[in-house]
Amino acid sequence: MLTSRLNRLSPYMFMAPAAVIMAIALIYPLGYMIWGSFRDWDPSQTIGEAEFVGLKNYITLWGDPNFHESLGVTLRFAFICVIVEMIIGVGLALLLDRDIRGMSLLRTMFILPMMIAPVVVGLMWRYMYHPTVGTFNRTLEWLGLPDVDWLGQHALMSVIIADIWQWTPFIFILSLAALQSLPRSALEAARIDGATAWQQILYIKLPLMMPVLIVTALLRLIDAFKVLEVILVLTEGGPGLSTEILALRISRTATEFRELGVAAAMSNYLLILLMLLTVAMIGFTKWQEARAAKLRMANEEDS
Amino acid sequence: MPQIRLERMVKRYGAVEVLHGIDLEMQDNEFTVLVGPSGCGKSTTLRMIAGLEDVSSGEIYVDGKPVKHLEPKDRDLAMVFQDYALYPHMNVAQNISFALRLQKRPKSEIDAKVRDVAGMVGLTDFLGRKPGALSGGQRQRVAMARALAKDSGIFLFDEPLSNLDAKLRGQMRAELALMSQRVEKNMIYVTHDQIEAMTLADRIVVMHGGYIQQQGTPEELFKRPVNKFVAGFLGMPPMNFLDGRIEDKGGALFVTGDGFSLRLSPEKAAIARMAQNPDVILGIRPSDLSYAPEAAPETALTLKVMVSEYIGAQSVLMCQCGGQSVTVEMNSETPMALGETLQFEANAARIHLFDKTSEQAI
Ligand SMILES: Nc1ncnc2c1ncn2[C@@H]1O[C@H](COP(=O)(O)OP(=O)(O)O)[C@@H](O)[C@H]1O
Ligand SMILES: [Mg+2]
Repeated sequence: MLTSRLNRLSPYMFMAPAAVIMAIALIYPLGYMIWGSFRDWDPSQTIGEAEFVGLKNYITLWGDPNFHESLGVTLRFAFICVIVEMIIGVGLALLLDRDIRGMSLLRTMFILPMMIAPVVVGLMWRYMYHPTVGTFNRTLEWLGLPDVDWLGQHALMSVIIADIWQWTPFIFILSLAALQSLPRSALEAARIDGATAWQQILYIKLPLMMPVLIVTALLRLIDAFKVLEVILVLTEGGPGLSTEILALRISRTATEFRELGVAAAMSNYLLILLMLLTVAMIGFTKWQEARAAKLRMANEEDS
Repeated sequence: MPQIRLERMVKRYGAVEVLHGIDLEMQDNEFTVLVGPSGCGKSTTLRMIAGLEDVSSGEIYVDGKPVKHLEPKDRDLAMVFQDYALYPHMNVAQNISFALRLQKRPKSEIDAKVRDVAGMVGLTDFLGRKPGALSGGQRQRVAMARALAKDSGIFLFDEPLSNLDAKLRGQMRAELALMSQRVEKNMIYVTHDQIEAMTLADRIVVMHGGYIQQQGTPEELFKRPVNKFVAGFLGMPPMNFLDGRIEDKGGALFVTGDGFSLRLSPEKAAIARMAQNPDVILGIRPSDLSYAPEAAPETALTLKVMVSEYIGAQSVLMCQCGGQSVTVEMNSETPMALGETLQFEANAARIHLFDKTSEQAI
């Protein structure tokens, strides 16, 4: 009796340390943030001294045009990045999914950008975007073309280009893996059935890759909403508010404007957004599993 | 319907040559079976005909026109794969109609065709199902229906039945034989299973080690194998092989070995006299040995029964002849005890002799 109960408990015992660490590292700060978002809280005060103001921070943000602007920038940044990255990443994977000599080297080179620390990426691109000595404008000059005001007039586009450069490889390798796990013989059957290369992509490869592509896009979207370092190094959110994504605005609200409560409320808005995406992703995988299970059941019924 | 001709067709993977110059002709409206042990190059041959593998050297002609450089879709063929190769995201009707939809045929024609072939293979009730919700046998039928719907002149099969269980395989084999009589196509069928080959083929091509060993009707190959490999590959249980020597005893030729000495029929003797090498391998099928206690010793083998496998009306006996083992097929009703030594008459007309070194038939 006792041993069997111990046996049943042992998994929980092994999990306990991890659970405790998670509670301390995740739940505690999260609780602190939610708690703080209901207060008018200055960094010089402890949280206990701060005045409780209810939903005031949330309501202020709801009507704050700067917050709207920042949210708009974040959404634009995230969606443009992910859409362009998906198109380029999947396109490259479709192009490079073949056995040609040197392809493995090429593939390795493609994923290098992903391995560079974001701050370094920011510094690199800031140098390349420099109005006078930067690589891009020097090249344009050399070609006899007019300069582009990369980090000024076209700041959001420049920031998006840097993100695309860094994260397209992520989508590339996942798509490539998905492609290479496709059933070879189904593609051969399609060739015999008369599908051209383009029709194979359209009717066989893409539909079969879709589950992986959807999860990849959602993962990237979640990540793009939280991006900070590259933009911080490149533009610090400027000029004006043109590249001030939410993560950056949160940090400025906390440090520059000294409004910890508002910053916390803003974080919670972002958190809600990310949670919606995560739920969408989990929902999608659940839906797929359910569909697979239904298929299996139907199968067992006949046999 | 097209005639296919392979001419000195070679396949190399890097430095390894897996097909060594295949010459083969497949006639109009003929069911050709390529058969051989695993790894002998059957699938490679078929896939080269389909255009899924490059031809390293040699040429493939369809109706006299070289097709080596054509894409699979331009070769007027349909193929059934071993793993069925269905499109997992399409339902049965969509799988069957894929080729027709690519050809942009009118919808009414496509629907009629799908209904037609689905009826032929018994899938009418499953048209809306995805392949994941079908059993192995049903998937097999979808693959067959998809190939039939294409209406092409050449029909290729790569071990289409080998993923099915034994009972279903027998049933599908019979259906396939029926279908092959009804559809007028040039069919090429690859299998490692000699029973499938014997039952389905108009013509069998036996392959081994990247070479064609022999081709002909099932009967020709069964009765007159050109070498020891073909003799041992076709027929179940397989042919017995006994090492022996040709000896002349007072004008008559005998093949003599450990524990036996059989007199050759006059026809066999005439051929055997011309053999350079007296060392031979005697081949005799288990069904060509019959229990005959009264037979003369020079027409019979004396065998010690070691194991008896009861398989119904017939039993398969594993026997010992001198130091070599011999299998015999016998009516199960015949009284017989293990360990007993019995006499079996060998059908002199059905004895095969092979050269000991070259293993070619004498
Ligand atoms: N892609 C490949 N690369 C190298 N060797 C291969 C490849 N495909 C097949 N082979 C070799 O070619 C030979 C014939 O293969 P295959 O035609 O598939 O045999 P089977 O008669 O069993 O269908 C085998 O020895 C196999 O190892
Ligand atoms: Mg094979």
